[in-house]
Amino acid sequence: MATKKAKLTIKAPVMTDLKGQTLLCLRTLTEENPAALETYIKIGGYSALKRIVTEKVKATDIITEVKNSGLRGRGGAGFPTGLKWSFMPRYFDGTKYLVCNTDEGEPGTFKDRDIIRYNPHQLIEGMAIAAYTLGARVGYNYIHGEIWQDFETFEAALHEAKAAGYLGENILGTNFSFDLYAVHGYGAYICGEETALIESIEGKKGQPRFKPPFPASYGVFGKPTNVNNTESYTSIPWILENGGQAFADLGVLNSGGTKLFSVSGHVEKPGNYEVKMGTPFNELLALAGGVWKGRKLKAVIPGGPSTPVMTAEAIMAATMDYDGLSKARSSLGAGSMIVMDETTCMVKALHRLSYFFYEESCGQCTPCREGTGWVYRVIDRIVNGKGKMEDLDLLTDISNNIAGRTICALGEAAATPVLSFIKHFRPEFEYYIQHGKSMVESQKC
Amino acid sequence: MLSPQAIEKIDYELTKYPADQRQAAVMSALRIVQTERGWLSNESISEVAQYLGMPEIAAMEVATFYNMYDLSPVGKYKITVCTNISCMLRDSDVIVDHLKSKLGVGFNEVTPDGKFCLKEGECMGCCGGAPLLHVNNTQMHEFLTTEKVDAILEELK
Repeated sequence: MATKKAKLTIKAPVMTDLKGQTLLCLRTLTEENPAALETYIKIGGYSALKRIVTEKVKATDIITEVKNSGLRGRGGAGFPTGLKWSFMPRYFDGTKYLVCNTDEGEPGTFKDRDIIRYNPHQLIEGMAIAAYTLGARVGYNYIHGEIWQDFETFEAALHEAKAAGYLGENILGTNFSFDLYAVHGYGAYICGEETALIESIEGKKGQPRFKPPFPASYGVFGKPTNVNNTESYTSIPWILENGGQAFADLGVLNSGGTKLFSVSGHVEKPGNYEVKMGTPFNELLALAGGVWKGRKLKAVIPGGPSTPVMTAEAIMAATMDYDGLSKARSSLGAGSMIVMDETTCMVKALHRLSYFFYEESCGQCTPCREGTGWVYRVIDRIVNGKGKMEDLDLLTDISNNIAGRTICALGEAAATPVLSFIKHFRPEFEYYIQHGKSMVESQKC
Repeated sequence: MLSPQAIEKIDYELTKYPADQRQAAVMSALRIVQTERGWLSNESISEVAQYLGMPEIAAMEVATFYNMYDLSPVGKYKITVCTNISCMLRDSDVIVDHLKSKLGVGFNEVTPDGKFCLKEGECMGCCGGAPLLHVNNTQMHEFLTTEKVDAILEELK
């Protein structure tokens, strides 16, 4: 490990059709060996970093460009990236840190994995530009524990970038220095929460911190830290090559640029699809080959289980952007679309999701620790034919008492599927309680 | 005693952090020792803690918090199958049933010959390739079918 400098030869995947996509974060996918440094340089990579460090572009100008781009945090919260950058203290006597959150663990989310394995250098360049802008000397990319082979790919890319002078001391012969390291999780969904992730980098249990103070003033090792999602950093080089306005123009109002959508579940061609913000849902579904086996669409979770589930009717009328989905009373989240066809039993789907949140609650806040277990046990008894009709009100009541009463957003995330599944598919829950079996599965027989 | 190979790898991880923050390498150090020894005994965890100069209880907290650390023997090959929603929608239960009957064990059990252990995993962040499993926390196998599972098991024999 210590001396390893693997050569990057990752073949371009055949699983998703690039036609109809607007490749920006995954723009090397059109090439034979997408992850390699020479590939990235061939398509113009590292040119933005080179220009910025050699021409000594002012940090405020870069932040203005990022603000103009309309880029919003791609990890799910959608907070404007340029604004977040402006929170970092300009002057600080000591090391400032930059952190990238590649800890995807929310079911249905797998976009950042494709960035680190197919286009790692664009992420590295984006982080180097951010480090220059914010005055960060050291950076960490925290990678989900289960994707070990992709962690190794990214670490090999770091070695390549350092050897070529894009990282480390005196980058490209200037006085700008930035060290970037890959670190890994080891199986904890909660570490996708930025302060839990910081605790984990420090070698502790991943339990979220109270905010404020925010990471910009008290982050890694108590120092000012900027945390962004992988896809956010990866968008930065393109924005600085083409201008913030060009990025904004790719999307729609309040949602600039492209977005990687992870499409999983009942579609013919699951995978990542990078499309312009504002793309109608039905176009995205068509890219993924449509609902599998010629079946009918029943429901879609548009942004990962922490976003409300939508009925087929509601999502078919929606566009995939922040405003489009919030108008439809859901949310873009991380763009993790879980597609469910007509054969899906919503009670069983919620049963599995509620177990996930119960398993992954870090245990710090009582409403979440106890509430997620309570919710799971109630749904479990419904699935086992022992449910009571008042359980539906009980589930709603527990969920409403978890949400908003915890340190981090996992509480809301756990409550959202319960509330939205019961709201949109209540008759299925009532049927299950009355008959002790699934409505959908009974119809099949 | 930590092996010289483990120490070399842990020392590489330590280069990523400030000299006064040795504890930061505990996640990697536990992973390195687990990979070498198959699982983490209390002794292994205290050796890691001592090497990093941190309280043993703090290393124990980390080892018990994260799912991928194994605090009891898991056999030569630990097979973790994801059963979360995206995998469930693509019939991960068929894969689980097949593995259970083929190996003759349930979740969290080790085969009598000490070769395989079956675990249920939470989302691994690769849902586009559902259903999927990984072996010994490192090798990911996606787009599983029962035939593919047979081939994987055959290879591990």
